Amino acid sequence: MYTYVPHSDHQVQHMLHTIGVNSVDELFSHIDGVFLSSYEDDIKGMSEEEVRKYFHHIAIKNKSGLSFLGFGIYSHIIPSAVSAIASLPGFVTSYTPYQAEMSQGYLQAIFEFQSYITTLTGLDAANASLYDGHSAAVEAINLMCKVGKKKKKVLISSTLHPFTIEVIQTWADVHEIELIMTNECKGCVDVSSIIALLDNDVAGLLVQSPNRYGFVEDYSEVADKIHSFGALFAISSDPLSLALQKNAHEWGADIAIGDTQPLGLPLAFGGGVCGYMSVVSSLMRKIPGRVVGQTVDSRGNRAFCLTLQAREQHITRFRSTSNICSNHAHYALTSTIYLALLGDVGFKEVATQSYDKAHYLHSELQKIDDVVVNSTTPFFCEFPIAFQTKEKLEKAMNHFLNSDVFMGVPLFPYTHQLNDTATVLVAVTEKHTKEEIDLFVSLLKEVLV
Amino acid sequence: MNLLLSELSTDGKRGYQLPPSRVPSFGGLPLSLRKTEEVILPSIGELEVVRHFTHLAHQTYNVDKGIYPLGSCTMKYNPKINEEIARNPLFTDIHPLQDASTVQGSLSVLYSLTKRLCSIVGMDDGTLQSAGGAQGEYIGLHIIKSYHMSRGNNKRNTVLIPTNAHGTNPASAAFCNMDVREIPVNKEGLVDVATLSELLDDTCAAIMLTNPNTLGLYEDSIKAIASVVHSSGALLYYDGANLNAIMNIVKPGEMGFDVLHVNVHKTFSTPHGGGGPGAGPVLVKEFLSPFLPSPHIIKEEDGYRFSRDTPMSIGKTLGFWGNFLVLLRAYSYITHLGDDGLRYAAKMAVLNANYMKARLKEYIPLSHKGHYLHEIVLSLKQLKEETGINTFDVAKALIDKGFHPPTIYFPLIVPEAMMIEPTETESLEDIDSFVDALIEIVRVAKEHDASFAPPLFNTICGRVDEVNAARKPILHW
Repeated sequence: MYTYVPHSDHQVQHMLHTIGVNSVDELFSHIDGVFLSSYEDDIKGMSEEEVRKYFHHIAIKNKSGLSFLGFGIYSHIIPSAVSAIASLPGFVTSYTPYQAEMSQGYLQAIFEFQSYITTLTGLDAANASLYDGHSAAVEAINLMCKVGKKKKKVLISSTLHPFTIEVIQTWADVHEIELIMTNECKGCVDVSSIIALLDNDVAGLLVQSPNRYGFVEDYSEVADKIHSFGALFAISSDPLSLALQKNAHEWGADIAIGDTQPLGLPLAFGGGVCGYMSVVSSLMRKIPGRVVGQTVDSRGNRAFCLTLQAREQHITRFRSTSNICSNHAHYALTSTIYLALLGDVGFKEVATQSYDKAHYLHSELQKIDDVVVNSTTPFFCEFPIAFQTKEKLEKAMNHFLNSDVFMGVPLFPYTHQLNDTATVLVAVTEKHTKEEIDLFVSLLKEVLV
Repeated sequence: MNLLLSELSTDGKRGYQLPPSRVPSFGGLPLSLRKTEEVILPSIGELEVVRHFTHLAHQTYNVDKGIYPLGSCTMKYNPKINEEIARNPLFTDIHPLQDASTVQGSLSVLYSLTKRLCSIVGMDDGTLQSAGGAQGEYIGLHIIKSYHMSRGNNKRNTVLIPTNAHGTNPASAAFCNMDVREIPVNKEGLVDVATLSELLDDTCAAIMLTNPNTLGLYEDSIKAIASVVHSSGALLYYDGANLNAIMNIVKPGEMGFDVLHVNVHKTFSTPHGGGGPGAGPVLVKEFLSPFLPSPHIIKEEDGYRFSRDTPMSIGKTLGFWGNFLVLLRAYSYITHLGDDGLRYAAKMAVLNANYMKARLKEYIPLSHKGHYLHEIVLSLKQLKEETGINTFDVAKALIDKGFHPPTIYFPLIVPEAMMIEPTETESLEDIDSFVDALIEIVRVAKEHDASFAPPLFNTICGRVDEVNAARKPILHW
């Protein structure tokens, strides 16, 4: 039987003889209740060619189309070289680089990833990736609570992605941490509500910009107030937006988190994501996950290795800063290749084109009477459109779907706020052409007639 | 020594050109929000970027290059057909929030994979919303904690973990705000029922076990263990790290486990990718099903859809539905091999490890007596005492001969441990070459005096100074 096992029958006999047993099954004879033969209800295997066809038939039950969906997962142009390089065996079939001498290449690539993240966020130290932006929020809050020791409260913005709030809630349910939601005003965090909630029992604050509506938030004076109570300040951001908006360093924050999916990673049904985290230097030895450091080898040359491992589960076990072991290294590498190809000029251009194209759609929609788009709150590449009723929104979404266009993400499944029930969130990126944006407008006009 | 991207940079170069915008400029964000500090990233041409990373890839050891016998890591071959399937645009270009009618293919993959995994491990239901083994452990423990709390047992908050367990086990318990009590293993390297019984009380939520355990030994008393644990009111958690030894041969569900995670990047052949992404599906017995993360995928007459009607759920654990492209590869592997192929793979993994044991045992002592399954643990304590050469030195000597060393200094209970897991996909020829190299290193070590430390002649760099790296961290360019 061929199942990626390369032994000939003759070799198996030789091995059994060396071991001193008569059959492979004998190696399991000490175990109760083993099933070593085939069974009638076994699901049969397939040849490689049959597998290919089987998955082709599954794949064609999916439908891709012109999409204005975002809500944390964005469709950007991915240069051809990105996946070509990321597919090299050294990057795909290697393990965590614990043996530095055998993994200098990957170690350097992750060091470069950390360098990009520290550059974009403006903070001092980044880790080698986390699972996704939502679970990175949990790690940020865990970090705040570890630093705050006896402090039992964490402020979170109501404008965080609703999934982020849910993932944080799951974790907080088993910890004695009180999550306190700050208020919002015109779709952004209300800074006066943050200040009103601060006291010496607050370990930190987590906010997000662009937020759940795509709006860019203003954090003037937040850092000073937070720090005056000895608490930490964390900001979650789409890293692409950091080409245009102020970063964690400029707002005086201590922790920056988010997801690098917009940087060269495919939509992948939401399964091609990569959390990032960077921190100020005082938190460097408390950051969760793996970290690569630069050092020298015995020949005096620059070399790289995993470092600060005293924080990690395989060394400190129960007292580690997090339980994370597998991370999203390969996606971190993919984003690194993407950024290397774009350079700062290309990076800013992707962000600017996304901004301009989203604003072009926004400006065209302002001319339509039957929908409302907020005209005062600044946004990046995603914004909400409010319909008069939920029924009208659903009718529009179906009309778009009939033309193979995914209109946007309706907020009603994810929010309890009354004014969101007829709201849809639309995302536009540099990948959309002007004609595609114009098609959106004309489809909307058709259905509103 | 390689240049860094920052050192390759020359102003004015670029590696990619966007299409022109063709919409008007909208002037950018208001000044109060706009970036004030310039973003400076390296500027490099496309071919230079390609060469840079190709060079780095070549300086990274990998399974396609050679044997990678890391114990507990199951570094088996990553089949190419899985990669081909995971590149299909009808899988990669699908947004997670598309209308359910347009993602029936992806939903069917997740639904069917959950069913297949349940069947392989003897469980009833599961979640794929787990990005790795450690996250799976945390989810499983959270489910156990919620189960006890739903029955008013708020006191049950302690997890029993053997001293030879993976570091993630206690770390995950801490991440779930639970306490840990260690179970000493007996001199056979196994959990002793009598010792365990003494540790069980009404504060115990669960016991976490790996079976075969981290020494590669099967816990023969598992059914008796399950019986005493259940009658004390606690549950059994199975760490699936070593599932490759027993796939479709003996099912954890039938051993008495209530909840478990599998590491698809170990057992089900998905690539490790230099540390991730993996996936750590969590499978449970029916009575724990209501606590699984939300949403749940359900199958109805008109197709698959997500259900958020999960009032007892622990909640969401990732933003979306799990590492889809990783899970897709695992489903491809399971589909390809079939139940009997999986069983055969497990048998051959055990054959390979036992063959290594037979060849090595007269040169390096095994840590324990017992029946090893898919991996073996050696102790180089005696070699160190006789020659001064320790496990670390032997590992570096293997590197010098072009082999990736096994896992070293784990499990922590074995002095000078070397843990070898060849997996079923290594050929007899490759196993023999590795074993020959290891025997030769031990022979040379014994011929030298205590001052001998095998140098690195053949690697791209010398011994890396890890102490200095941690003392004065340089974490970016």
